[in-house]
Amino acid sequence: MHELAVTEEILHKAEEIALQEHALRVTDIYLQIGKLSGIIDESVQFYWNALCEDTICAQANLHFEAVPALIDCKDCGNQYELDHDLIPCPACSSMNLKIAGGEEFILKSIEVEK
Amino acid sequence: MPTKRIEIVQDILNVNDQIAEETNALLHTKHIFSMNIMASPGAGKTSVILRTLQELSPLVRCAVLEGDTAPVTIDAEKVSGIGIPAIQINSGGDCHLNANLVRKGIQSLDLDALDLILVENIGNLICPASWKLGTDMNVVIASIPEGDDKPYKYPNIYRGIQALVLNKIDLKPYVDFNIQYFKDGIAALNPGVEFFEVSAKTGEGITAWAEWLRKKIHDLR
Repeated sequence: MHELAVTEEILHKAEEIALQEHALRVTDIYLQIGKLSGIIDESVQFYWNALCEDTICAQANLHFEAVPALIDCKDCGNQYELDHDLIPCPACSSMNLKIAGGEEFILKSIEVEK
Repeated sequence: MPTKRIEIVQDILNVNDQIAEETNALLHTKHIFSMNIMASPGAGKTSVILRTLQELSPLVRCAVLEGDTAPVTIDAEKVSGIGIPAIQINSGGDCHLNANLVRKGIQSLDLDALDLILVENIGNLICPASWKLGTDMNVVIASIPEGDDKPYKYPNIYRGIQALVLNKIDLKPYVDFNIQYFKDGIAALNPGVEFFEVSAKTGEGITAWAEWLRKKIHDLR
């Protein structure tokens, strides 16, 4: 839902780095999106297509790497991956849980042509 | 043409978080306690805020930043109607407030004359969770008619909060709302979060909530 703001941020950061690197253009942008980040890659792509026009990133491809939602059970120590819904620990049915991964939204790297 | 790969590994929300940290530091130099209030539309954010202000004011000097997606001043007028400074922040259609909007809003307040700033976020259980505003505390106001399954459906919003206020408890007799199920969901996401049951309509539970808040404000000073 708020992908417009984060996409603007990606573009801003990529432009900044391209400038530092004296790049001719940005060719690829690598992103990591946690499944619990609430960010949908299709939406990022949608806004990106509109935003990147007439910028140094106009032909850049976005690459999305999904980071799974990992849950640690604080009772039995089991670690498991969530699909959609928050579910109790499959090993011991506990709801005493801690999120161990999947909240990130990271600009990992970019590739530029010089 | 030569290409070059540049490693970055930067959290995209970092820029927002930086502004949020600056705001928090500014408010602390002025000994102001601040709170980001999130909820779905219709949970009773403004009603709970009004009740809370009536409980705390005038001993605690309060102000409210009212976030709205459109330039409507309904909520801000309600707050200024009881003599509390209210600043309208229009998010321009965005589904959440961000640190920059809050920073701008705060500039319109007399920070030397305040102990508490409440920020009423946009009514939404998804997006506000991702955007830090620079407040000391995040709170969700839930309400009985929304249903007891919300922590399971919108987990993100419950994760970074320090208190949950369950509003409209006067409606308990009329709605199938399993409080234990609701609490279990929140405990899984955020163990040890403070839990208050209130009714902004009858005033039930407001004193306990306001007392807790008063203590937090006092601790900061």
